[in-house]
Amino acid sequence: MEANQTLDARGLNCPLPILRAKKALNGMPAGDTLKVVSTDPGSVKDMEAFCAQTGNTLLASQLAGSNFEFLIRKS
Amino acid sequence: MSLAKLQVPDRRPQPLPTDMASLEAWFDRRLEEQLAQRAAAKTRSLAIIATKGTMDMAYPPFILASTAAALGWKASIFFTFYGLELLKKDLSIKVSPLGNPAMPMKLPFGPQWLRQMNLPIPNLVAGNMPGFESMATTMMEQTVKSKGVASIKELRDICIESEVRLLACQMTVDLFSYRQDEFIPEIAEWIGATSYLAEAQNADVCLFV
Repeated sequence: MEANQTLDARGLNCPLPILRAKKALNGMPAGDTLKVVSTDPGSVKDMEAFCAQTGNTLLASQLAGSNFEFLIRKS
Repeated sequence: MSLAKLQVPDRRPQPLPTDMASLEAWFDRRLEEQLAQRAAAKTRSLAIIATKGTMDMAYPPFILASTAAALGWKASIFFTFYGLELLKKDLSIKVSPLGNPAMPMKLPFGPQWLRQMNLPIPNLVAGNMPGFESMATTMMEQTVKSKGVASIKELRDICIESEVRLLACQMTVDLFSYRQDEFIPEIAEWIGATSYLAEAQNADVCLFV
């Protein structure tokens, strides 16, 4: 999973992974991709809902070992 | 098959139907389209009323408001009665199992089997033992930290940073003889019931905590 920027949200719980992802996306140009790594199982559904509501694209959502990895393209 | 018979999509503006039934069907369809467009373009809003000043009751308003802001919603929290404690400069909020019977009492340290065990404290102890509330608060703070949950201070700072409107109840300040300078300067407005209803009347989601 290649991305322009990576956010390590491991160890953080709801709603921090989403809030940190939002903050990271704010500083990125449209079209760039952000990889988020988290350990919070709730972030799987939350990241989907976050992207659906904000218009960003969730390119991938997968389990990598004990981490959840998400790839988001900024709209 | 001759070329003339090929179907070419007709992009010319369609003339309005002339009979009443078709006209109504056309109108209904256009209305649906317009409403869907407007709903998609609308900025959602959240209005929360926070009335409690304990740690357990501080989480829902700050979590929901900061998340709403992250989703691009307009969010506001109206702090009234004990909720005003959450806007103090000196944020010293506590939590107690006294009068809070569903609160699990679990150790934030020790082996896993011990951590999972609920250790209910009788009200007689919780209410009479000096320093019990402080101890329960410290334990809760440790649990929160070890599970990667944000502290109330952290969530409040995120709310401020993401422009959640923090509204404070003027009447409560007078009622409990507070001074406005005890509270954080980021409070957007000091208002009463009338102004709050005007603020909340168009909210998509309105919650009382």
